[in-house]
Formats: sequence, C-alpha cells, structure tokens
Amino acid sequence: MSEHVLSTKMYYGIWIALMVLTVVTASVAFIDLGPFNTVVALVIATCKALLVVLFFMHVKYASEKLTKLVIVASVFWLLILLLLSLADYGTRYARHG
Amino acid sequence: MSDSPVAVEHHGPELRHHFATVEQQRDAASLGMWLFLGTEIMFFGGMFCAYLIYRLWYFNEFAAGSRSLDIRLGTINTIVLICSSLTVALGVRAAQMGKRKLLVILLVLTLIFGLAFLGIKGVEWYAKYKEHHIPGASFDASDLVRDYPQIHIDQSHEQIYFSLYFAMTGLHALHMIIGVGMFTYLLYHAAKGRYGPEYYTPVELGGLYWHFVDVVWIYLFPLLYLIDRKPLG
Repeated sequence: MSEHVLSTKMYYGIWIALMVLTVVTASVAFIDLGPFNTVVALVIATCKALLVVLFFMHVKYASEKLTKLVIVASVFWLLILLLLSLADYGTRYARHG
Repeated sequence: MSDSPVAVEHHGPELRHHFATVEQQRDAASLGMWLFLGTEIMFFGGMFCAYLIYRLWYFNEFAAGSRSLDIRLGTINTIVLICSSLTVALGVRAAQMGKRKLLVILLVLTLIFGLAFLGIKGVEWYAKYKEHHIPGASFDASDLVRDYPQIHIDQSHEQIYFSLYFAMTGLHALHMIIGVGMFTYLLYHAAKGRYGPEYYTPVELGGLYWHFVDVVWIYLFPLLYLIDRKPLG
C-alpha cells in the first residue's frame, strides 16, 4: 500500500497544519457565533481528520481501491446512523429551555 | 499487482506462500486493518449517536458540563496526540527506509506521548472525582447550578452528560492503553531489527490503529470541551 515513501517535509507540514487548526478551534469557541460555533468546530475537526486519514494514514496514495471503498462505506454507514437518528429525534417536538 | 496465484520466483522469508508478491501481501494486510477500523467507526459511532440525541434534548446541561472541563488540559492533550501521530507517521517512514535506530527512537517518543496523554487524562478525571462529577450515588452538580444561574440545569440530565463524557473518554483511553501495548511490542521487535524495507507491515498497521484513535479524539475534543464556551449573555 505504501511503497510510496513521502518526504519528511510533507509530514511536518501536515503536523503544523494540525497544530494550527487545534489552536484555532479552541480559540474560536470563545467567540459568540450563535449556532455556527458548532458548525465551525465540526468543520475544523473534519479538516483535521481528513489530513490525518489522507496523509498520515497514506489513503491518498493507496494503490488498493478496495481500501478506499471500505473507508467510504464505513463513513456512509456512520452518516446513516447519525443523520437518520437526528432526523427522527430532532423533529419529534420542539423543546425550549 | 499480479493476479497470478502462483509465484514461482524465489522470494524472501517475509512473503507468505499464498501471496503472489510482497506488495499484494501488504495490500491484503492493510485492507484487513481498514475493515477492523470500519467496525471501530461503528463502535464509537453508537456513542456519538447517543451523545448527539442527548445534546439535542439537554443542551443547557451539556453546555454547563462542557464548561466545567479543563479546556487548557484538553487542548494540551490534543496537541500531545497530534505530536504522537507525527512520530508514528515518521516511524512508519523510518521502517520503510530501513532506518532501525530512528524507528526505535520514534517508537519511544510515541510511547512517551501516549503515556503523557493518559497521565493528563488521569489528572482531569481525578479533578472530576474531587468535584463529585462522576455519575453515581455521590454525584453532585449543585456547583454548576450555582455557577450558571442564567440557565436551567436539571441535575439528572447533567449526569447524562458526565456519563457520556466518562464513557467516551474512557473508551478512547482504553484504546490508547491497547495502543501503548501494541507499540511496546513493536518497539521490542524493532530494537531486534525485525522491520525493514521488505517487511514493516506490523509497524504500518499499528500506525493505522494509532492514527484512528487520534481521529476519534479530534472529534471528541470539540464535542465534549467546546460545546458552549462563549460568554453567557
């Protein structure tokens, strides 16, 4: 899968990006963005997860397409679990306070 | 990659006879690891689903509970885990290139980061124990009710937040402990010089596991620590 040897420069670059995103997400949490605080936190988390999966876990350079299929299918199933559950619980009744 | 099941050419001892090439063997091992990680995604996914539903229902209690966590230690732990992921990624690279000494150093660094994470997590849990925030008979969140008079806090709902906090960070820490065990094994064999450019599959699969556990934390950190940190109006 990874007969591809990446340069150390690339790994340090990803590492710096992950550190910066961590500091950004922790700082942004103190600013009032209304409902967008959660959105921003999740978008940043997903960017970090993508960096780790694509580069540190070598998925971007995987020669085996089955590996990518397994990952996409797993995430798809996870989204079915989360989104359909939320579509149910989120629309049953409005709860305030 | 050759599809031929029969490999006639001579090969090293690292190639099992039922694989045609070393590369095919490596792809199969990595695919198996990813299938396992797929089951892990669903395993953690159940907890994330429970978290989302209760957060939707009891947002105030979740916000107050989240504020009571130590964001400084949480951020430091995130950074520690990211550093450990870097040393793992560099370690896999060292193994690919046959740099034994570098691999050993990087595995030791990874273990140090992993144990540091667990230590800091232990400090955080102990603080929660002192505050009576561990769900159970002695649970007491009256300090949160006092600290946040602006919002209504139901103590039994507050317990749900802390139940999920301990279940999710506890399950994550259990994975970290298993990871530390795996990396101790890798360190032992790396020191004996078992891994090189021809055979580094255990290092690579251990690395995949470690990165996966890091990704879980990447989501746990904002979901548990950063729910509602903005100043209360």
